[in-house]
Amino acid sequence: MNNLLKNAVWILIAALGAAAVGGIALHRGESINALWFVTAALCVYAIAYRFYAAWIAATVLAVDETRATPAERLDNGRDFVPTNKWIVFGHHFAAIAGPGPLVGPTLAAQFGYLPGTLWILFGAVLGGCVQDMVTLFLSTRRDAKSLGQMARDELGVLGGTAALIGTFAIMIILIAVLGLVVVNAMKHSPWATATVTATIPIAMIVGLYMRSFRPGQVLEASALGVILLLLSVAGGGWIDDNETMRVWFDQEGLTLAWWVMAYGFAAAIMPVWLLLAPRDYLSTYIKLGTISLLAVAIILLQPTVKMPALTQFIDGTGPIFGGKLFPFMFITIACGAISGFHALIASGTTPKLLSNERDIPMIGYGSMMLESFVAMMAMIAATVLDPGVFFAINSPAGVVGKEAVDAVAMISAWGFPVTVEQMQLLANQMGEATLFARTGGAPSLAVGMASIFGSAFGESMLALWYHFAIMFEAIFILTTLDAGTRVGRFMLQDMLGNIWPKMGETSWTPSVVLTSALVVAAWGYFLYIGVIDPNGGVNILWPLFGIANQMLAAIALSVATGILVKSGKLKYAWVTALPLAWLVTITSAAAWEKITSDNVRIGFFAAANDLAAKLAAGVLPPEKAAIAPHLIFNLHLDGWLTLFFVALLWLIVLDMLRVCSRYLTGKPVLALSESPHSPSRLVEDWARD
Amino acid sequence: MLSKIKAFWRGVRHLSGDDAYERYLRHHAAHHQADIALSKAAFFKQWQDDKWDGIKRCC
Repeated sequence: MNNLLKNAVWILIAALGAAAVGGIALHRGESINALWFVTAALCVYAIAYRFYAAWIAATVLAVDETRATPAERLDNGRDFVPTNKWIVFGHHFAAIAGPGPLVGPTLAAQFGYLPGTLWILFGAVLGGCVQDMVTLFLSTRRDAKSLGQMARDELGVLGGTAALIGTFAIMIILIAVLGLVVVNAMKHSPWATATVTATIPIAMIVGLYMRSFRPGQVLEASALGVILLLLSVAGGGWIDDNETMRVWFDQEGLTLAWWVMAYGFAAAIMPVWLLLAPRDYLSTYIKLGTISLLAVAIILLQPTVKMPALTQFIDGTGPIFGGKLFPFMFITIACGAISGFHALIASGTTPKLLSNERDIPMIGYGSMMLESFVAMMAMIAATVLDPGVFFAINSPAGVVGKEAVDAVAMISAWGFPVTVEQMQLLANQMGEATLFARTGGAPSLAVGMASIFGSAFGESMLALWYHFAIMFEAIFILTTLDAGTRVGRFMLQDMLGNIWPKMGETSWTPSVVLTSALVVAAWGYFLYIGVIDPNGGVNILWPLFGIANQMLAAIALSVATGILVKSGKLKYAWVTALPLAWLVTITSAAAWEKITSDNVRIGFFAAANDLAAKLAAGVLPPEKAAIAPHLIFNLHLDGWLTLFFVALLWLIVLDMLRVCSRYLTGKPVLALSESPHSPSRLVEDWARD
Repeated sequence: MLSKIKAFWRGVRHLSGDDAYERYLRHHAAHHQADIALSKAAFFKQWQDDKWDGIKRCC
């Protein structure tokens, strides 16, 4: 009877989920309620977790709860510590959830709400969650080794080196694009700039508090920091009203880009406890708090999605970034559906805390479902805006024109009516001078969040909500920026240490300064070009980031597929091989178009040639002619980088296929590097502390 | 209800690292009784530096 009831409940969930997904997909009216999106997401996650994740864990991976995990076997009370599963879940989710799932869906909303929503849902449950869970499992079985180490041990030197280069490259491009998002959010916005700047001394106060004033009192210090951050949002408004002070923070994009670079360098050489660690605490609390608040607001308010299911821009003419739905939507939404970067957290870091293998589905698969849900909320926040407003905020001046009148005329002509007065009123409500051409995704997400929060919790504070949302995005973008620069520095020190051992000493000051400067210069270059690019820069950098991130995911899935085949599980290898094949398809297709397309809005080389021809013919206005050589050089560089990424991707996939075919034809391959079984001694219901 | 709130609070302290020193002392008492335990300030320094060695944050 009990069983019958359970089955009935699952059938009900399946029916509800199918109805919600079908409703979203087939709806062609004026508007649709956002609650349908939430329902569809929750049902799809529930079904996928209960059946697919459980089946993979039990049958494909054969998780063994009697087997001691590295955390138990190597427990040293420091990094290897068996930990309660909810705590591990919290750490893992906090580590994987960054700004990616917020920015990607916002940009991809130019295709309409439907493609992005389906990719976020199904890409996650069939691809991203599987990747995270399988990588977590494989690393747990290998003494918590990193992805690069596993690639080297299981596939060979090529895979390992590719993982290292891929990680470094993705870090550089990721930081540049995130830096650009922050710069675009602060450009000529004294309020946003002042608030974001204030987060730096606030983090330092918190750092000093928990290091020297009250050592180890993490929660006390964090509470103080969160209060100061909220005050800084209000304080930014006060500075904005103050005639003398507002000019200090009213800056050009380029100036802000230099500030961000100086900040990144300072953060990379400063001791972690002063800036990086406290900032990370604050960003984690603000992130979790804001995301929960957004979920509550969406459920309470049930806002209406005004964006059509599909827009005409699926043909590749979209203003935010050029390129057709396939493959560019799949490159644009990386982190919310599948993100290679997660494999770096799922290997190496999280397995050191895992107390029992049976928690792998919950932590690996579950965290990614939650991340996908965050992406879903970003999609809702972008699509509840009037489409005209959405396009006015996100379309670069290079596409719709510098003058507000031209921009609204063009956007209205696309069938998304919007007026200058409407945009001005909205800007006034949000406490900004203008909202036209505020590319990068952060301002439009902030407007979306502010309208949701405003309607749910009080209209009168729209400007506060808007700048709170900007602060929320900026604080964890800057956390990724400092943490990424630092990791990049360590990787570079490690690489240079192979040539000159002294450079490998992570605390030798000349090495620290030199490698930090090199890493900052690398992402600073892309940031600089992005800022001077009249088309907004995000349209170039984001696809490059997406390609790099998906390439890293392909490395992780190749390692996983190779290991499954080598473990004699060929018949189950499709679990990772299918998402891998899809990733290889979209990454290669996107790279192909980026390299060979004649369309100047898509092809890097086409754009470079077009600009060079215009420069030679002397038809460019002087201010554009001055920067044209930089842009041409950068377009070539981006083209070659794309080619490099896709070549690396194919090398790894072919290497994995080589290993698999050798195994299947009985030739010798590298032995499985799984650690031997040792029984767990932790009792069944181990400390729920 | 009260026990649930307490458990939640313990989770928050654990997750944030607020109770890291207490956990260290317990681990120390169980495994390394022969050595002298670190002071809270010294332990926290070491814990914080360890925590930031490697990739901890993502996109």
